[in-house]
Amino acid sequence: MTRTADVVVIGGGIHGCSTALHLALRGLKTVVIEKDYAGRHASGVNAGGVRQLARDHAEIPLSVSSMAIWERIEDLVGDDCGFESHGTVLVAESEEELAGFRARVDDLRLKGFTHEELIDQAELRRLVPAVSEHCPGGVVSRRDGAADPFRTTQAFRRRAIERGAEVIEGVKVTGLSRVGDVWRVETSDGPIEAPKVVNAAGAWADRIALMLGEPVPLTVIAPMLMVTSRLPSFIQPVVILRGRKLSFKQLGNGTVVIGGGHLATPHRDRNETVLDWEKLAISAATVWELFPVMRQATIVRAWAGIEASMADGIPVVGPSATSEGVFHQFGFSAHGFQLGPGTGAVMAELVATGKTNVPIADLAITRFLPARKRGEVPL
Amino acid sequence: MNASELQSSYELVVVGGGPAGLAAATLAAKAGVQTVLFDENPGVGGQIYRGITNTPVADRAILGEDYWAGAVLASEAEASGATIVNGATVWSLDPNRLVGVSIAGQARMVKTQRVIVATGSMERPFPIPGWTLPGVMTAGAAQTVLKAQGLVPTGRTIMAGCGPLLWLLAAQLLRAGAKIEAILDTAPRINWLKAAMHLPGFLLSPYWSKGLALLREVKAKAPVIAAHRVEAHGKDKLSEVVFATGAGERRMKADLLLLHHGVVPNVNLAMAAGVAHRWNSRQLCFEPVVDADFATSLRGIAVAGDGAGIAGGTAAAERGRIAAIAAVQALRPAASVMDVQTVRQSLAREEMGRAFLDALYQPAPSFRRPTGDTIACRCEEVTARQVRDTADLGCEGPNQMKAFLRCGMGPCQGRLCGLTVTELIAEQRRSTPDEVGYYRLRPPVKPITLAELASLPKTEAERKAVER
Repeated sequence: MTRTADVVVIGGGIHGCSTALHLALRGLKTVVIEKDYAGRHASGVNAGGVRQLARDHAEIPLSVSSMAIWERIEDLVGDDCGFESHGTVLVAESEEELAGFRARVDDLRLKGFTHEELIDQAELRRLVPAVSEHCPGGVVSRRDGAADPFRTTQAFRRRAIERGAEVIEGVKVTGLSRVGDVWRVETSDGPIEAPKVVNAAGAWADRIALMLGEPVPLTVIAPMLMVTSRLPSFIQPVVILRGRKLSFKQLGNGTVVIGGGHLATPHRDRNETVLDWEKLAISAATVWELFPVMRQATIVRAWAGIEASMADGIPVVGPSATSEGVFHQFGFSAHGFQLGPGTGAVMAELVATGKTNVPIADLAITRFLPARKRGEVPL
Repeated sequence: MNASELQSSYELVVVGGGPAGLAAATLAAKAGVQTVLFDENPGVGGQIYRGITNTPVADRAILGEDYWAGAVLASEAEASGATIVNGATVWSLDPNRLVGVSIAGQARMVKTQRVIVATGSMERPFPIPGWTLPGVMTAGAAQTVLKAQGLVPTGRTIMAGCGPLLWLLAAQLLRAGAKIEAILDTAPRINWLKAAMHLPGFLLSPYWSKGLALLREVKAKAPVIAAHRVEAHGKDKLSEVVFATGAGERRMKADLLLLHHGVVPNVNLAMAAGVAHRWNSRQLCFEPVVDADFATSLRGIAVAGDGAGIAGGTAAAERGRIAAIAAVQALRPAASVMDVQTVRQSLAREEMGRAFLDALYQPAPSFRRPTGDTIACRCEEVTARQVRDTADLGCEGPNQMKAFLRCGMGPCQGRLCGLTVTELIAEQRRSTPDEVGYYRLRPPVKPITLAELASLPKTEAERKAVER
């Protein structure tokens, strides 16, 4: 007998697990199909930044709604997820860069978003005393923070199961077809039928879209990270740069996670990444310049998680353009972790009710239809 | 040699200067292959021949003739034309055979067509109560100090464990003038039954007469007591060893406890490169999957020596030669090399007694799978109970365990806890180590400093500038 559900969620990352939890909370019978295990890829091994700062306008509403969930994450999932809020600071390395940041912050204010705040050199040095003296100021988003990514994904998975969702791991989706008014999801462990399907398959989401005859230009990426041995506490907020690729934060245990978007070579069919040490050396040199205190720190481990990136750098969130009852939630382009809790709630609302009040029209998959060109929204 | 003198590519990179690495580099270089050997120690020899070119231990009888056989390997390598770089730490290897190496604080990436990983073995974790106390160390560490510095422990010394190397080290220490209060033999009696079926092979192997002589020598000079439980007690450092014998519990005052439960392949570099590994249920460890030429699942990357499964120093050299012959045949098909069949026969002779030793000296489960507050992961201070409880909560493998407990995430990269954590999870979940798997290891497999990494040439221009 073919198994049935109200919703099949494909992919057990932070997004799939969050959507599954919110669907379960709405009383829908939900099954998550995960080809490896929950949080195996980018969701479990990303830098853990919980950041509203420096986001594309199109995803700010999702980011803001997510932040509200992060701030009471324990109420939702029964685990604090290691979330700590010490802000994110975007450091300007020159007056010219600072002027650009000022223009963006002013623009955001006009649009009604107040989470980004321009800071001068004195405030920058108060927030990040260890930063090199050549930096004239920056932008802070004070409610931002960081969390433990694998623990967070597992917490969503666990709570989703407690609320009635089923999470099937080590099982691959092999086909999707319409049978009457339901979707038949073929898997390596037999078929499941459900009227609704959510494609949260991350770096593999284009393959799911292709099964629906909905090709989408997705690039598989693997942003690299490295971590040091423990150091005495010297920095509270997460620090990011724009001119050069860097994100930087010290965890509660004293280790420092260094990232910023230099890419490894991903092999998505083998679940493997090959690191690019020359690029990691660039990150190391940047840290060496900005934080002299770090020079003798020891690099203990470097890694990269496989994920999806879209050409315009913002995700695909919303209904399929070709297939009734299918919804997309992928392509978070190296900044999807913070968006997980809120996007799951929005997606569950969309699946359950057919609509949501959070503006997501700019994230629709239709922007990749050949006929439509979409204007870029640069930082 | 310093990093700036390195070429940007070599035909063959050999990692590790123990018997396998020395024999491999020698054979390949002599056949005309442009070869570099990276060894992280100040001198070649690996662990078995540590200090072979400069040990202060002048009395040849102390370390024994088997040790001095290493001098031949070292001098042959020296004369072979291979570039031998000591103090060179290899911290990364990838499937494209890009080798990350650091010399005196300077990092370089070196490209190569073939790699022979000869990173040897390391001692099996020996997680007993109190094993992290100062005054408790591995027998191998004591041997390192003896070979490299000529130092012998003073004070009340107790050894515990089992395995051929335990007896060898006991003999070496006794010959060097150390006094050993007791040797606690932890080999379970039942192992004799399991080993018996492998006895014929052992009797034909070179280990038989050597081993017997060694046992006699040690037993004449130190009391050997069978023990099935060993604990290190002390407040800030070791003061007492408590152990259980057939006749009840005993306690002995001690200043130094040397632990040894055999050696296992040092898999970190090969695993981080992505080489496929599997569980060896006889030796209770993970080892790379290799073919008859010691080629791995990754093209152009071989693992030779004890890194490919424990077989001892003489076998390691033969394995190194076999891997090198394959490299020569791939890179220099016209070069003449020794007949590989002859080497395979020597290797088979060397490996003959191994099954018996593996069975006889297999450590008891209670020494491999600790309970309660005994530390499993030293770097992050994770206890056996925490690992067991987390496995009970549904954590299925060591990689998920890392996220919950941080075990294996410290500077040792799981060397000191990997097997313990795998076996604990397998036991708790009624699974097998093969099913549960090992930590997914990530480079750098040896810690490097931020300054060192920043020193890596980052652009084409920088690369050119540092090349000769």
